[in-house]
Amino acid sequence: MAVYNKISQREAPSNSKGAIHWMRDNLFSSPLNTALTMLGIAILVWIIPPFIKWSLIDAHFAGDSRAQCTGDGACWVFIKVKMSMFMYGFYPEVDRWRVNLVAIFFVVLIGLFKLIKKDTVRFFMLTGYFIVAFILIRGGFFGLNVVDTNKWGGLMLTIIVAAVGIVCSFPIGILFAFGRSSKLPIIKSISVTYIEFIRGVPLITILFMSSVILPLFFPEGITFNKLLRALIGITLFQAAYIAEIVRGGLQSIPSGQYEAADAIGLSYWQKMILVILPQALKVAIPNLVGSFIALFQDTTLVLIIGLFDLLAMVQLTSSDSKWLGFETEGYVFVTILFWVFCYSMSVYSRSLEKRFNTNNK
Amino acid sequence: MLAFLRDRRVRGYLFQLITIIGVVAFLWYIGVNTTHNIEQRGIKTGFGFLNSTAGFGINDSPISYTPSNSYGRVFLVGLLNTLIVSFVAIIFSTILGLFVGVLRLSKNWLMRKLSAAYIEIFRNIPILLQILFWYNVVLRSLPSPRGSIDIFGTIFINNRGLYIPQPALDATVISVLLSFILVIVFVFFLNRWSNKRQEQTGQEFPVLPVGLGLLIVVPIIGYFVGGANFDFSYPHLQGFNFQGGKQFYPEFIALAMAITIYTATFIAEAVRSGIEAVNKGQKEAAASIGLSSYQALKLVVLPQAVRIAIPPTINQYLNIVKNSSLATAIGYPELVTVFAGTTLNQVGQAIEIISITMLVYLVVSLVVSALLNWINHKMKIKER
Repeated sequence: MAVYNKISQREAPSNSKGAIHWMRDNLFSSPLNTALTMLGIAILVWIIPPFIKWSLIDAHFAGDSRAQCTGDGACWVFIKVKMSMFMYGFYPEVDRWRVNLVAIFFVVLIGLFKLIKKDTVRFFMLTGYFIVAFILIRGGFFGLNVVDTNKWGGLMLTIIVAAVGIVCSFPIGILFAFGRSSKLPIIKSISVTYIEFIRGVPLITILFMSSVILPLFFPEGITFNKLLRALIGITLFQAAYIAEIVRGGLQSIPSGQYEAADAIGLSYWQKMILVILPQALKVAIPNLVGSFIALFQDTTLVLIIGLFDLLAMVQLTSSDSKWLGFETEGYVFVTILFWVFCYSMSVYSRSLEKRFNTNNK
Repeated sequence: MLAFLRDRRVRGYLFQLITIIGVVAFLWYIGVNTTHNIEQRGIKTGFGFLNSTAGFGINDSPISYTPSNSYGRVFLVGLLNTLIVSFVAIIFSTILGLFVGVLRLSKNWLMRKLSAAYIEIFRNIPILLQILFWYNVVLRSLPSPRGSIDIFGTIFINNRGLYIPQPALDATVISVLLSFILVIVFVFFLNRWSNKRQEQTGQEFPVLPVGLGLLIVVPIIGYFVGGANFDFSYPHLQGFNFQGGKQFYPEFIALAMAITIYTATFIAEAVRSGIEAVNKGQKEAAASIGLSSYQALKLVVLPQAVRIAIPPTINQYLNIVKNSSLATAIGYPELVTVFAGTTLNQVGQAIEIISITMLVYLVVSLVVSALLNWINHKMKIKER
């Protein structure tokens, strides 16, 4: 005969909902936690209210001269007046519609990309876009007057440098990635040398090299202007990084894919372009976006060799004798612009990563 | 003939031959043009310039330097400054990155969000912009020497930099430094001995508390052994400027700070991914065999987390060295500023100077990648 012991009643589960409970769990669960919370609140109080006071409450938005800016707050009038400098640099005012048109075309291009899925058509659209963009911005055709590259500046120049760097370095990078994973010893060692050399030195030394040594490499007749030299330097630099990322993608492709491509009798290039590369690029996309973000940030270095990109505009506009002493506003404005660009790219890259992760499972 | 070309091996040789011819032709073309251009423009060649007098001043030099020194000395000053600022940034960004990375996973909601915000904000702003911001906005807005921010009357901060007391290199300082080194070496061997003993007998030795204790006690003993006499040179206001003490220039502070804050975001992410990568089952297994939470952390979680976190962190150290070259934008006299900048402008021998500069960075990164390979090899999970 079994003896049954009654289990004593358990306490009712505590009410695990509500703000107070959440705070006790997440903010004040232990003395250390409470101290950390206090520290966090202190940091927030230290940073946020003064910044809001400076940038919004005490700030000046109206008007168009320095006289409007009195007191301690930010003077956003400065940004408003200099906005066109930040966007276009010295690009002639009457021709700015051309730059705007290129930007509008870009939006149209993205829209068309959503509609048309055929890769060859996309390729020709993209190529066409770059040709049109070049003609519009530089001029010299169809009665458009030429706007010299030393007039290009601001956000427009930053985007041009980044875009050219990305587009031109991509095929070169892929070729070096092929070279590095090739079985041919000489091709391989040339690729390894190039990649390791470029990755081992800072971008600024490569920019110096392309701006002071490159002209020595070519006969006197051939001259490169400052912007083109910077673009060459940035492209060479970026190509090495892309090569390493693509190589990582190539290595992740199972050898069965290579063998299958060989088995159906594809040539090396057919195998790489039709079978291996599409899969490798898919794996590499998050890292590629990461390296594009890095490149976008690195475009600021062109200011050191005397180009007027977005960042250089801060120094230029705040040395205007009418607007001395507004660097802070300039830097904050440019910081926000860069941050928005880079952050949205990194959010996009994370969403891509998620999408491709589920695909593989 | 065509059948011959269809052979994959033959085609491989052919392709390589064409590549070599292409590369050599390109290099030859460049070489001919360069020598022609150099002759045409009357540019001097060779490394003789390293011995000639530089003739310009460098305000921030770790070794004695005067304008009458040679360009070779300028190179050395630049190199040392590059190494110094990199070293400082490496130390501080590691500490900051470690803190933020751990806080990113803490139980405290506010701290978790704050460290995430810190990472997302500073990682997405170009480093050059951050350097210029610290230099042109924050440090410029500091008061002049007369109105310096005064910390206990010994440390002063103003728009000319940071002034701290500097100990003279006498017996006490040397003996304290020596005892520090001694303790570190001792703890290193103690740790090896205790690991070995634990593997053999299972007995644990409290290395961390003992080590920390020694690190405090021994230098204090060293202080008294060395004569218990710190001879500080204190900064003091004299006329319009500070005299004495050690001055850190605004350029140095802006550069070190910007690089530290920027790089710490990447190190924090490396630390976080290292800790997160350790399988939850590992912690559960450690708990189920009765390890305390400290033991589980020390013996099970950390060794695995460190293995994942170290390689990306070392890569960040390399990035710090490379990013220090951005000093040229604010004029901190490191390698690129004084050598690839001022010296190049004066001498004009671009090829030699840029090559030397690149070579320095190449050597550093080769050393770092050799170190990385060695660590990776050492840390590789030994599989049977």
